[in-house]
Amino acid sequence: MSVNVNYRFRDLLALEPLTADEITFILDQAKPFQQIQRNPLKKLATLRGKTVALAFFENSTRTRLSFGTAASRLGADTMNLQAEASSLKKGETLLDTANNLNAMMPDCFVMRHSSSGAADFVARHLEIPVVNAGDGTHEHPSQGLLDALTIRDRKGTLNNLNVTILGDIAHSRVARSNIHLLGKFGCRFTLCGPAMWVPRELEHIGPPGTPIKCVYRVEEALEDADVIIVLRVQTERLSEPSLSHNDYILLYQLNSERMKLAKPDALILHPGPINRGTEITPDVADGPRSAVLEQVTNGVSVRMAILYLLMVGASEGIHPALEGKPETPPKESAHASD
Amino acid sequence: MLLIKNGRVLDPASQTDAPRDILLDGDRIAEIASTGRITEANGAQTFDADGLIVAPGFIDMHVHLREPGQENSETIETGTHAAARGGFTVVCCMPNTKPVNDNASITRFIVDRAKAYGHVRVWPIGAASINSKGEAIADIAAMRDAGIVAVSDDGRPIASAKLARQIMDYCRTLDLPVIEHAEDVSLAAGAVMREGIASTRLGLPGMPAAAESVCVARDVQVAELTGARLHIAHLSAKASLAQVRFAKQSGLRVTCEVTPHHFTLIDEDVTYDSRYKMNPPLAAREDRQALWEGLADGTVDAIATDHAPHEPAIKDVEFDRAPFGILGFETAVALALEQLVHTGRISLMRMVELFTTGPARVLGKDRRLAIGEPGDITIFSPERPWTYQVSESTSKSRNSPFDGRSFKGGPVATIVAGKIAYRH
Repeated sequence: MSVNVNYRFRDLLALEPLTADEITFILDQAKPFQQIQRNPLKKLATLRGKTVALAFFENSTRTRLSFGTAASRLGADTMNLQAEASSLKKGETLLDTANNLNAMMPDCFVMRHSSSGAADFVARHLEIPVVNAGDGTHEHPSQGLLDALTIRDRKGTLNNLNVTILGDIAHSRVARSNIHLLGKFGCRFTLCGPAMWVPRELEHIGPPGTPIKCVYRVEEALEDADVIIVLRVQTERLSEPSLSHNDYILLYQLNSERMKLAKPDALILHPGPINRGTEITPDVADGPRSAVLEQVTNGVSVRMAILYLLMVGASEGIHPALEGKPETPPKESAHASD
Repeated sequence: MLLIKNGRVLDPASQTDAPRDILLDGDRIAEIASTGRITEANGAQTFDADGLIVAPGFIDMHVHLREPGQENSETIETGTHAAARGGFTVVCCMPNTKPVNDNASITRFIVDRAKAYGHVRVWPIGAASINSKGEAIADIAAMRDAGIVAVSDDGRPIASAKLARQIMDYCRTLDLPVIEHAEDVSLAAGAVMREGIASTRLGLPGMPAAAESVCVARDVQVAELTGARLHIAHLSAKASLAQVRFAKQSGLRVTCEVTPHHFTLIDEDVTYDSRYKMNPPLAAREDRQALWEGLADGTVDAIATDHAPHEPAIKDVEFDRAPFGILGFETAVALALEQLVHTGRISLMRMVELFTTGPARVLGKDRRLAIGEPGDITIFSPERPWTYQVSESTSKSRNSPFDGRSFKGGPVATIVAGKIAYRH
C-alpha cells in the first residue's frame, strides 16, 4: 500500500499532471469505500459538518448523483446548482456564480461545465478544493479513475494492457482522462473511429513514449485488445454532415460478431449513458464481458476517495480506519449516521 | 526647442548608424550634427541620450483603440498613452469600433478626439465595406479626405473574392492599401486556438493554419488581378508567408506585418488563461521559425502589435467564451529586442526599419531623420533591465500574457511633433 504518497495538489482538475503513484494512492483509498457500498448501512461520519457544492453548469444525471451520493455517504451536506435552474441564463458570469456559491461557505467545489478549462479557471479564483467533474472536451478525471478501478479489479493490474477506445475520441473528455491515466501504467492504445473523430494529433497527447495508434477499421482495433472502451456517440455530432447514423453503425458499432475478433477475456467499458443499438448492441452491453454497471458502483467509491482526499486527507493524512488494511471496512464508521 | 544629445542615431532611410545630436524646433527637426556640434541655445530643453538609440518615430500600423463604443476597454486617450509608453509616435486604429468607422463623420470624430486627447498621432483605417459586413463598399474616398490611411474589414476578412476584387480595384483608383485580416471563416468556425497537438490535448476547438493561408492565396491572386496594394495583417502561418514571398518575387504590391506575440509565443504556450487567446491564434513552432526568417530576409515589412484591449469583465471568463486579443503597445519593442536582436536573428537597424520605414512604405508615407521632417523620435535602450507590470499600464485593460516578464531593453522616451510624449 502506498499510503505515504503525498498528493501534491489542492484540486483534482485533470489526470494528466498526476503520477502513477498518486493515481494508485487514490485507487487504493477507494478500496475500503467499495466495501462500504455493500454494507446495509452505508453512511460514514467522516465529513460530518462539511459541505460539498455540486455546481453542474452542464446537464448531468449520473455524475451529479454519484458525487452527491459519495458526499452523503461520507456524512457531508451538499448544495446543488443545476444549469437549467441557475442564474446563468440571466447572464451571470461563471466567476460571479462561483463566487456566490463560494460565499455560502462550502468546503469543496465540484463542477461540470461545457467549456474546456472551466474548472481550471474557477480553481484560479477560489481557495477551496475544486474537483473537475467534466470540462468540455478536456478531461473527466473521476471517470478516468473509476474506469481504472474497474479495470484493476477485473484484470488484476493496470500495467501494460492493450486498450482500445472506440468512437468520437476528438470530442471525448473521458478518452483523454483514460489515455493520461492508463498511459502512466504502460498501456498501449488503439483509437478507432472515422478520421474526423480520430485526428492524428491524438497520437501525441499521452504521457511521453505512450504508444497510441489511430486506426479507421474496427476489426483492426479489436484484435489483441484487453480493454475496449466504447464511447457514447453524441447524436448532435452525427447530425453534422460528416458521417451518417447508419454509416456509423455499419462501420463501428460494437456487436457480438465483431467481439469474436477480441480476446475472450476482453473487458468492455462504457462511460454512459449508452445509446443502445448505436455504438454498442444490447447483447454486448449486457453480456458477461461488460463491466458497465460495476463502473457506476465504483464511481461512488472513487468519488468518496476523491472528496475524502481533498477535504480531509490533504491536511490530516489518511483516515485511521483506512490505514493498513484497505480490505476491511471501517467498523465504527459503518454505523455512524445522523 | 529640444536638443537630443549624445545618442546613437539609427536611421534606416539614410542607413545612418552614427553618434549624432538632433535639435527639434517647434514640431520639426531643425538640425542634425555630430555629437557636440550643436550649441545649446538659450531655453532649449536637453535630453541626454548617452547609451541610447535615437530612431525615427515608431509606427504601429495595427491597433484597436475601442473609441467610439467600447470605452470601458480603452479610449483614444488611454490607448495612445500606452502607445507612447511603448515607444510609438503613430498608431493606426482599426475601424471595428461601435459604430464601425465606415464613413467620414466617424473618421472625423476619431481624428478630432485624437487631436484633443491623443498622446501620439492617430492615423485611422477605414472600413472597406459598410459596417464591415462584406456587402456594399464603404465611402472610402470621403474617409480618405477625412484622414484614413488604408481600408480593412479587420476582425473579419473581406467577405468574398468578388468583393475583394471590387475593393482592390477601387483602392487602386484611390491609391490606398487594402489591409486584409486573412481568415477562411468556414475553416475557422468555432475555433479558439490553432489546431494541433496542443489544441487536441487541451480539448479546445482549433483552426488549421490553412484557415489563414487559404485566404491569403485568394487575396494574392486578386491582388495580381487588380494590381492593387494588398497588405496581410498579423500574418502567422508559414504557408501564408511563403505566398507573400512568392507574390513579392512576382513583382506584386503585396506586403505583410507580424505581431510580437506571434514571433514570441506558440500554441504549446497556451493554457486555459484567456490572455493566450487571440486571432489569429498562437501558431506552431515551425510557423514561428518561418516568421523569424521572414523578419530577417525582408519578406515581412512591419512589426505591428494588434493591440486589442478587453476589460476584465469580458476577458476574464472561460477560455472558449473570451474575446480574442491582447495588449501590445508596452511590450512590443522589448519583445523585438528579446526575440530578434539579442538572439542575433536581425540587426538593430533592421528592427528599427520594421518599426519605421517598413510600415511607412506600406502606407505610402515617409519616415526619416532629416532636417525639416516631423519631430517624431523614438529613443530606446537595448540594455536597460526592466519588468513589465501590467498593473502599471496606462491602458484601461489588463489582458497581457507578458505580465511579470523581465526584459533587457525597452523604450526610454517618445517624442511626438517635437514634444516629449513619454519619458521613462
